[in-house]
Amino acid sequence: MNQMLFRFAEEAPEFSTGGAMQEWAWLILVAPFVAVAGIVFFGKRMKYQGAELAVGMMAFVFVYGLILWVQTMTDEVVYQKSIVIAEVSDTLVFEWGWVVDGLSSMMYFVVGTVGLMVFIYALGYMRGDIRYTWFFASLSMFAGAMLVLVAAPNLAQLIVGWELVGLASYLLISHYWEEKENSSAGMKAFFTNKVADVGLIIGAIALSGAVGSFRIDDILDAATHGDDVLNAPLFGSTVAIAGALLLFFGAMGKSAQFPLHIWLPDAMAGPTPVSALMHAATMVTAGIYLMARMFPLYQTMAQDARPWMIGIGAATLALTGLLALVQNDIKKVLAYSTVSQLGYMMTAVAAGGYTAGLFHLFTHAFFKALLFLGAGSVIHSVHSNNMSDMGGLRKSMPVTFWTFVVGSGALAAIFPLSGFFSKDEILATFGHEGYTLVLGIGIAGAFVTAFYMTRAVALTFFGTYKGEGHPHESERLMTVPLIVLAVLAAVAGFANWPGVFTGFTEWVGTVAFAPLGDYHPESLDLTLAAIGMGAALLGVAAGWLLYGKDRETQQARDGFWIPGLYDALKAKYWLDDVALGIVGVIKGPLARFVDWTNTNLIDAIVNAAGISTKWLGELVYGAFDQGGIDYAINASATGWGAAGGALRKLQTGRIQQYAGAFVVGAVVLVVGFVIYIN
Amino acid sequence: MTLAPILVLAAALFSMGIYGLLARRNAVMVLLAVELMLNAVNINLVAFEAAIRDAMATGQIFAIFIITVAAAEVGIGLAIVLMIFRNRHSANLDDFATMSG
Repeated sequence: MNQMLFRFAEEAPEFSTGGAMQEWAWLILVAPFVAVAGIVFFGKRMKYQGAELAVGMMAFVFVYGLILWVQTMTDEVVYQKSIVIAEVSDTLVFEWGWVVDGLSSMMYFVVGTVGLMVFIYALGYMRGDIRYTWFFASLSMFAGAMLVLVAAPNLAQLIVGWELVGLASYLLISHYWEEKENSSAGMKAFFTNKVADVGLIIGAIALSGAVGSFRIDDILDAATHGDDVLNAPLFGSTVAIAGALLLFFGAMGKSAQFPLHIWLPDAMAGPTPVSALMHAATMVTAGIYLMARMFPLYQTMAQDARPWMIGIGAATLALTGLLALVQNDIKKVLAYSTVSQLGYMMTAVAAGGYTAGLFHLFTHAFFKALLFLGAGSVIHSVHSNNMSDMGGLRKSMPVTFWTFVVGSGALAAIFPLSGFFSKDEILATFGHEGYTLVLGIGIAGAFVTAFYMTRAVALTFFGTYKGEGHPHESERLMTVPLIVLAVLAAVAGFANWPGVFTGFTEWVGTVAFAPLGDYHPESLDLTLAAIGMGAALLGVAAGWLLYGKDRETQQARDGFWIPGLYDALKAKYWLDDVALGIVGVIKGPLARFVDWTNTNLIDAIVNAAGISTKWLGELVYGAFDQGGIDYAINASATGWGAAGGALRKLQTGRIQQYAGAFVVGAVVLVVGFVIYIN
Repeated sequence: MTLAPILVLAAALFSMGIYGLLARRNAVMVLLAVELMLNAVNINLVAFEAAIRDAMATGQIFAIFIITVAAAEVGIGLAIVLMIFRNRHSANLDDFATMSG
């Protein structure tokens, strides 16, 4: 480890600090919130009910993100700005700021691109919705919250963004709250995330408290310099590992790692553009981003936290992918697929593949957004989420079909689509770091991924149509984002082709603290690439054999193919039941105890207090208020009233009487004056 | 020249003014009475100034001020009387006792 630290100190690269574009980068954090405020207050009066403001601001974020991306790539910019908002003591300073470096500009770019496409798509998808205006306000807040999180130079701001993301997701998942199921899904997402957030908050407090600063830079500085940091005597490997694991627990919630992934499939209750945004850019990537941002910590002081992360990541990868096999709801297939892909990313980052994990995040954002929007296009046309109501849609919805196939191919890691490069980089990292078991799981995962995506494509677009009505291709507003995302999903992989072009590696490496020990393959590992590709093709072939022709009902075929596992998968490993069971066991006695305490102790105290207060109140009311104050005030008022009535008579309105009184007064004064002088 | 006859004249004018102010019922006549009182005061001012031989002619200047203010006051007063007469077809002050309490 010491050698590694030494190398870090030697190789600390020199970066440019950027210029005006970086100094004004706070605009992209503010823009979505301007949209939120504008839509909430004036949205209904606008021509397109506020949607134009949301799309306009998102377009601004996209353009600005693109410019920052280009600048970061060409000039290697690392810019950071913090503004102190509260200084409680020397070691407790709350700051607000923004970071523009390779990692955050990659996220700005992803949020801007995917966000803009989803927003445009939502214009068509949500047309005629009952809460159209409110939807765009929440969606803008979702994107803005993610940008706040990504831009955070300190953990306090990161938590603010993190919680705002949770809030916005809650609002959006339960968008159709008229149905109990949907609002429950929102609550489930919110509460599951809250459980994880406790970890994040405690972890952040532990790390920041020990180091004496919320700044991520300071924490990483302490971590990379080891125990002998003079200004942080509290910081040691125990704190580092505990803090790192707690941060990881927070990331498990947002990034839906097993077993906290249970909220994500239910989150499909929200409108499809929300799912697309959530799965691609703005929510589930937050955990991976946090791990990547804190990467040097996990590579130095908190190395011992990594086996846990790898274990959980690999479990997520393996277990949730299988769940996608038996889903009938097309969005749930994609949801479980996201969870599984997040497992890839998390495992990759934990195994030391900083670039690999982020690269998969990058490509996954495009093809998963594409797949969700494609699924939304199908759902919009068929009016059902269930694949048993679909089939044969490739003729009636050609654009959706072809873009969906591109997205599925990218997800299944078929060369030369983007998923191939990112998944291969992850597998190469596993291989290089010596995680053979994880490598095996990863390859099996590639097979499963290809299998369920083939199943989804076959059930949706091939065979005979089983739904009602006549499906038709979606409008331009929805197909154009699909085409743009399909192009990105196809070519994004070329951003990092080991041995040919490694722009992405250098790009995300442009951070203040170099990602130590990050593995970059020199060239494509042909053996692994062949094995991964073979697994994927095998998956496609198996899926096609089983589902290519619709012979029987889908459920019968599922049961046939996976007889033992089917029940377990269908019941989602009974995880929801376990969660409810734990709650149920604790709930009974706890509730009875609380009830007893409530009736016998608290109620008695409350009642006694209430009765004595009531008695005192009556006394005060009768004797003091009514008898004393009221009587005095009434008497005084009556007296003044009588005096006024008497004096009123003087006011005759006859001006000459007044003049007469005036003259008499003057005479009296003069006479008095004369008498006084004499 | 002695001061007394002039003061008597002023006092007489002032008394006439007071009589007019209190006894007349016509608003225009009441205004005239007020003017009479003002001019009685003017005579007093000028007379006293002449008696003490004030180098700065304070009394005369004061009198000129009063004449100016009186002109403005009469202008406004007559305008008010005119408006009331147009609306009520009467200039009798006893008809205007609408402010009685």
